[in-house]
Amino acid sequence: MEDFWAFSLWAVRIWLYLVISLIMIPAMFGFSLGISETYMTILVKTLEWATLKIQRAKTEERTLNMSASNSLILRENGSMEKELEELRRSRPKSSVGGDFTFSDCFYFTRRGIESIVEDEVTQRFTSEELVSWNLLTRTNNHFQYISLKLTLVYCLGIFIRYCILTPLRLTLACIGLSWLVIGTTAVGFLPHSSAKSWLSEWVHVICYRICARGLSATIHYHNRENIPKKGGICVANHTSPIDIVILCNDACYAMVGQVHGGLMGLLQRAMVRSCPHVWFERAEMKDRHLVTKRLKDHVNDKTKLPILIFPEGTCVNNTSVMMFKKGSFEIGATIYPVAIKYDPKFGDAFWNSSKYSMVSYLLRMMTSWALVCNVWYLPAMHQQEGEDAVQFANRVKSAIAHQGGLVDLQWDGGLKRAKVKETFKEQQQKKYSSMVVGDDSNSD
Amino acid sequence: MGSSSSSSYMRNIPQAQVLIHETGFSAAHLLRLYERFQFLDKGSTGELRAQDFTAIPSLALNPIGDRIIGSFFPPGQEKLDFPSFVRIMAHFRPTDPNRSRDGTQLEPVNSRNKKLRFAFQLYDQNGDGNISRAELLQVLRAMLGVQVPEEQLQSIAERAIQEADLDKDNVISFDEFRKSLEKVNIDQLMSIRFLK
Repeated sequence: MEDFWAFSLWAVRIWLYLVISLIMIPAMFGFSLGISETYMTILVKTLEWATLKIQRAKTEERTLNMSASNSLILRENGSMEKELEELRRSRPKSSVGGDFTFSDCFYFTRRGIESIVEDEVTQRFTSEELVSWNLLTRTNNHFQYISLKLTLVYCLGIFIRYCILTPLRLTLACIGLSWLVIGTTAVGFLPHSSAKSWLSEWVHVICYRICARGLSATIHYHNRENIPKKGGICVANHTSPIDIVILCNDACYAMVGQVHGGLMGLLQRAMVRSCPHVWFERAEMKDRHLVTKRLKDHVNDKTKLPILIFPEGTCVNNTSVMMFKKGSFEIGATIYPVAIKYDPKFGDAFWNSSKYSMVSYLLRMMTSWALVCNVWYLPAMHQQEGEDAVQFANRVKSAIAHQGGLVDLQWDGGLKRAKVKETFKEQQQKKYSSMVVGDDSNSD
Repeated sequence: MGSSSSSSYMRNIPQAQVLIHETGFSAAHLLRLYERFQFLDKGSTGELRAQDFTAIPSLALNPIGDRIIGSFFPPGQEKLDFPSFVRIMAHFRPTDPNRSRDGTQLEPVNSRNKKLRFAFQLYDQNGDGNISRAELLQVLRAMLGVQVPEEQLQSIAERAIQEADLDKDNVISFDEFRKSLEKVNIDQLMSIRFLK
């Protein structure tokens, strides 16, 4: 019995030494031993092989044809005006009785039925459908037995992911987070000096790098010359809480958010000891002026780190960018847009908060193949003359969407939980009424 | 996706073969409709409620969105199962041009007549077979909101009824409705084209 415990203790020690030397030290100092690269190359080759096998099997039998674009119906792109104009061609115009036909409802009915079949908003709050299966159980929608080899690879994948990779990743994540708390608290004891800020940045980056290894994250940064500078605001599209880890691997940011309890609260309190972040109490968040003022104060202090904000306000599934809330764009600071695009082949990064809790989401992340993403730093943007906050926000949003290859939507991410505002319905009614009764300028 | 076999997946869909025969949807389209049905059915109850429809933003802002949702739920019924959902969606399939005019065959659910009936019941909320002035005013109010004052609304309704009401009984029957829309290309306006 004692031998068993001695042996397992010895095994755990060896395991930790390996982890530290092979993964943590390179992560901390920013160089790479090439282990993850090799893993990724093998992974990519395996997935390509699997895709070929599946496609070959697909062409052999008659199967349901799934289009990669996910589009189910053909939408007439004619506007309301155009279509209703056509219906009125044969009728004489009358200034008294307006211009209404019974067939007007056809347009609205058809539009309504089209949205029942397929709409561009609700699909953004669930995970992206993959073109080809990536050997994960969770993305397996229509699996049918194809070949022994494929099933063996799939089972091998399960073993590797759950028995080898997940414990490794969990260890790294725990180490990373605990170091973050300890390190930032320790730095917090130092007096204010440039050494303190340098140390604090170093501690932050190291811990985030360890956490990134804890997710097997491979991040490609592009255009690093545009990296956000102090006194500015960095905005990015939001897919999951892991976005923070992704961005902080490369630079240091001041976070903005609500004060939480529990483990998150512990992290928040520790982090704020070493360098200033902006944490709000729940009650304070409702007061927009207070929020704006605190952000302004932070931004105006040129020694403080750039603020990181996700203006969508909620997690979206990384196929589109939803409406940016104008709050951060009213402060008048330089905006540094960043586009983040995950590669869904290796793991689905989207956090569907209505389906998964934070813990089960993190476990799902740790049992995926890996996390591959591209980060593009876009050139800084300023609010232009005569441009209001909403227009500025839309301009930044379009730039991010364009760079990341995402769909630029005008819809509010808050529609995930809330109903659409009545004002949108009024817009439709206004448009229609101008067709029926005409504008004031038209009547005589 | 991984490879799929239509027959094995179809087994999960209630009354699949009956629906394919009745509505004319292909197996592939029926499958996609089923996936959409399950997607809208957030609680995985197997049935949809009105609030599952109002959760679709572009439907919620449609001026007659409530009426469209209402046509899925006959009076007194609060839940919608998949076969009923498909039967109503079938109204919006494009009309089949090659269908033979065989008198003994049942009228297909996506015929011009059936499409007109669907539109008619959007107006005729109390289901008595006639669109009264009051019902027409209700629809106009829904579609125009507060943009148009009451008197103007009345005159619009007046004109519309006068033009269509052939037997001068001040209500629009289904036949009068149909006659007034003789020249309109119903198939194009009331059809959803599914991609292959």
